[in-house]
Amino acid sequence: MYDFTYQKPASVADAVKLLGADPEAKALAGGMTLIPVLKQRLNKPSALVDLADAGLAGISVAGGTVRIGAMTTHATVANSADVKKAIPALAKLAGGIGDKEVRHRGTIGGSLANDDPTADYPAAVLALGATVETNKRSIKADDFFQGMFMTALEPGELITAVSFPVPEKAAYMKFPNPASRYALVGVFVAKGPAGVRVAVTGAGQNGVFRQKAMEAALGKSFSQAAIADIATPADELNSDIHAGAEYRAHLVGVMARRAVAAAG
Amino acid sequence: MAFEGIGASVRRTEDQRFLSGRGNYTDDINRPGQLYAIIRRSDRPHARIVSIDTKAAAEMPGVVAVYTGTDLQADNVGGLPCGWLIKNKDGTPMAEPPHPVLAVGKVRHVGDPLAVVIAETRQQAKDAAEKLAIEWQDLPSISSTQDAIAPGAALVHDDVEGNVCYDWHLGDKEAVDAAFAKAARVVRLDLTNSRLIPNAMEPRAAIGDFDRATGEHTLFTTSQNPHVIRLLMGAFVLHIPESHLRVVAPDVGGGFGSKIYHYAEEAIVTWAAGKLGRPVKWTAERTESFISDAHGRDHVTTAEMAIDKDGNYLALRVKTLANMGAYLSTFATSIPTYLYATLLAGVYKTPAIYAEVKAVFTNTVPVDAYRGAGRPEAAYLLERLTDVIAHDTGLDRVALRRQNLIPANAFPYQTPVALQYDSGNYQATLESALKAADWNGFPARRAAAAAKGKLRGIGISTYIEACGIAPSAVAGALGARAGLYEAANIRVHPTGSVSVFTGSHSHGQGHETTFAQLVADQLGIPFNQVEIVHGDTEKIPFGMGTYGSRSLAVGGSAMVKAMDKIIAKGKRIAAHLMEASVADIEFKNGSFSVAGTDKSKSFGEIALTAYVPHNYPIDELEPGLEENAFYDPKNFTFPAGCMVAEVEIDRDTGVPSVVSFVAVDDVGRLINPMIVEGQVHGGVAQGIGQALLESATYDVSGQIVTGSFMDYTMPRSDNLPSFKTGNEVTLCTHNPLGVKGCGELGTIGSPPAIVNAVIDALSEYDVRHIDMPLSPQKIWSIVAAGPKRKAAE
Ligand SMILES: Cc1cc2nc3c(=O)[nH]c(=O)nc-3n(C[C@H](O)[C@H](O)[C@H](O)COP(=O)(O)OP(=O)(O)OC[C@H]3O[C@@H](n4cnc5c(N)ncnc54)[C@H](O)[C@@H]3O)c2cc1C
Repeated sequence: MYDFTYQKPASVADAVKLLGADPEAKALAGGMTLIPVLKQRLNKPSALVDLADAGLAGISVAGGTVRIGAMTTHATVANSADVKKAIPALAKLAGGIGDKEVRHRGTIGGSLANDDPTADYPAAVLALGATVETNKRSIKADDFFQGMFMTALEPGELITAVSFPVPEKAAYMKFPNPASRYALVGVFVAKGPAGVRVAVTGAGQNGVFRQKAMEAALGKSFSQAAIADIATPADELNSDIHAGAEYRAHLVGVMARRAVAAAG
Repeated sequence: MAFEGIGASVRRTEDQRFLSGRGNYTDDINRPGQLYAIIRRSDRPHARIVSIDTKAAAEMPGVVAVYTGTDLQADNVGGLPCGWLIKNKDGTPMAEPPHPVLAVGKVRHVGDPLAVVIAETRQQAKDAAEKLAIEWQDLPSISSTQDAIAPGAALVHDDVEGNVCYDWHLGDKEAVDAAFAKAARVVRLDLTNSRLIPNAMEPRAAIGDFDRATGEHTLFTTSQNPHVIRLLMGAFVLHIPESHLRVVAPDVGGGFGSKIYHYAEEAIVTWAAGKLGRPVKWTAERTESFISDAHGRDHVTTAEMAIDKDGNYLALRVKTLANMGAYLSTFATSIPTYLYATLLAGVYKTPAIYAEVKAVFTNTVPVDAYRGAGRPEAAYLLERLTDVIAHDTGLDRVALRRQNLIPANAFPYQTPVALQYDSGNYQATLESALKAADWNGFPARRAAAAAKGKLRGIGISTYIEACGIAPSAVAGALGARAGLYEAANIRVHPTGSVSVFTGSHSHGQGHETTFAQLVADQLGIPFNQVEIVHGDTEKIPFGMGTYGSRSLAVGGSAMVKAMDKIIAKGKRIAAHLMEASVADIEFKNGSFSVAGTDKSKSFGEIALTAYVPHNYPIDELEPGLEENAFYDPKNFTFPAGCMVAEVEIDRDTGVPSVVSFVAVDDVGRLINPMIVEGQVHGGVAQGIGQALLESATYDVSGQIVTGSFMDYTMPRSDNLPSFKTGNEVTLCTHNPLGVKGCGELGTIGSPPAIVNAVIDALSEYDVRHIDMPLSPQKIWSIVAAGPKRKAAE
């Protein structure tokens, strides 16, 4: 780790001000991704602006929307009675991230801002058609993810919350990478106000993406059979020591069918 | 008080400190005025070092010194020695290229150390290490075992022709050729034994200290054998006499073999502490562990078995290419030879065996012993080959094993590959494991799994290993550059409590408990009055350390020998006190008595008399009660057993799950059955790791792809079933305890059982062999290709 200064502002406004004043400063949420990166000296921020006291944690449900504050930990989401009731698939997804320690530190805001192509939350955000709220604006899920580790966030812009419209039904199925246990392939299927959406994480070369052929088929008939023959083109999928693109393409189908079955 | 002697499952006394954070590991130790070393390592697989400019680094804040390989060379620092000389087929010695402490001229693998920066703080040393300016000239590299011997391959060491370290053989080639000529059938199998990274929980660390007043050097290090490090480093690398070099290996958090070897960092901190007159500490980061701890296995093998028309084994022919990595680690050369080829009889009475082993250099981390070391490679080969023979001939796997096993009445049994097995009963462990696993009930379980859409398979392995390493004269004749005895000192204190100083080293095995049980039992004193001291060359007379499942068989036997001397002396004191003849004194349950009388003296009374010799045969006997013993084993020990695994495969994804696992082992006499079971559990977990999950992978450019836990798949508890273990006992015939060792059998017996189970699960796809690890992707690709049509159809 290189030296940096540490600040813990008491509001989003102060955090934004600190980050705006210093382009080398970085926001710190749970630190589950950022701290290892710093330890390996892969990043050299001048300052860390800890969002812990900025009032960004918490969950509320109102008017068919579940709103989760950016600093809400995965464990809180997984154990929230409100989330379990409104969008059980989301609680289950959060409960399947990393291990217990990671879930008690890692946050939804950190996960989305980081946009790891193998992270779980991006699949839920995209499939549920959620809205990412920042200190400046609201960003639709379809506009938020822009490729591997790339989002619509501008420098110094902070995620404050994520609003999920409550779906009619939804489910997430994850095939974990055997080593890291991130998603080798994760498929989130949701049927809601915006129709059926199928989001795939872990597999794509450009991060999370929608499987539109499956969405169309499920829109007509929400059943495993409807997507049994829909292949996912392998040419834009990742290949690594754990899984080639062909295998990943196959797993997208398996996980999608299992998600449809689980969604009921 | 519950029984705490031999055979009792006493809870591990050391766990109190390990589990409550009170262990004293090397990195927990800090010396006054301590400096910190950071090693700059190569990020290139193979490159010429054109220049290293240390000026900017040396000028960084807090930096005390920067050294490169040439500085060490100039100070007459020697290279890291190899402890075992192997001879080529033609009798010439192996190629033994220099292994500099810090690279000189070339770097040969990613992770090769090339400079050290020493500073007041770790942070400052890290900052400065980044300022080292290195000019490289990249060279073509060799990252796979086979590529090493390809025509025109780049040379890892400029003067090692064809990258061949040695080309060695064992066995009777003519007899094997003759048997093959008349065989009804020959079954051939090509396989690899994957490369593994040990990943002990505690990363390596070392602290060098130097006392100007006494001229004594001290090294605190994460080692399985501090005396061996003192010997190798003192004699070959730093030229410090033993009298002035103390090596301490305090609590060590797992070794699995990877902490046997003498590593560069140990020499660096010891040397630098002497130069600078201040203590120097180095602690590996996990990333460094992946690229600097010796790796394990990495064989490419062709095996052929000649059989008669009934499936009787006639002869075995094996050709193995073994990867040494870029340099020879301390015991690297002995692993694919004397710990591998000598085990190729396995538990079978194959009359003729011939093995050829070619060891090669590659631009990868050095490879050396890893839990099992050579024996897992032999067992895997034999147990896969046996299943392939069953597959090709249609013979039943279990029947094939039964018919080829060495009979229980054939011991001592001389194998055609040098070893003589002293005792065993392979039928007993086999039948007991089959029963515990309900082998015969498997078809019903397979049908039940099929009803759930799963493929279920069952696999078996009947393995043997050679432990209790090793008779010194035999090892020496085979090229070992060390003796392989063990030493013990038993110090009886005036009130009868006992301190045991052992050359064995505990790094998780529970020696403090097992050895205390042994000593308490033999001396008839309470368990809690025995202290086990290990890991410090200043306290322990001598020691060869812990590896090869040798601690109880060799180290424990040394304790028995020392205790025999204690008891003999105690008898003389007792005879004097009770005015009897020494021949009439009996020692039992902690008391010395005169045979046929009710006169007796307790162990404590005798101890007190030895230290307060008022009424004492002072003319014939020295006061005090303390004895040393060295025990040199007469033979290896041969634990053996049978493991049965069941797996279920998810057809859609190819994911295999181990749903049941049975291990029935013969480890000789059990001192602490709970600890033995724990050793089996840990070993089997690692074996399942190799079979299904782990594999150290290099890409073609020589970079390691599995350089962190993000990509290197360690087994976790949810990858493992609940294990069922059992024991059959035949005693070792040549050591006083009848013990055989249990540390490695899990990694030896389990990989083939698991792989055989997966292949069985895939029987409708007619698969003959899949190389480890059996990843979901490999399995899925077989399922996806669909059942094979029989040729006749
Ligand atoms: C062992 C381990 C296993 C894991 N397994 C999984 C897994 O299975 N699935 C999975 O999805 N993830 C996994 N993770 C990642 C985990 O979910 C992290 O919590 C997440 O990636 C980052 O969240 P964080 O709160 O820790 O963010 P931090 O690490 O603190 O920050 C990450 C990045 O986001 C920025 N940032 C943080 N908060 C905000 C904000 N509100 N607005 C703007 N930028 C912000 C930071 O500046 C930084 O660049 C794992 C992590 C570990 C260590």
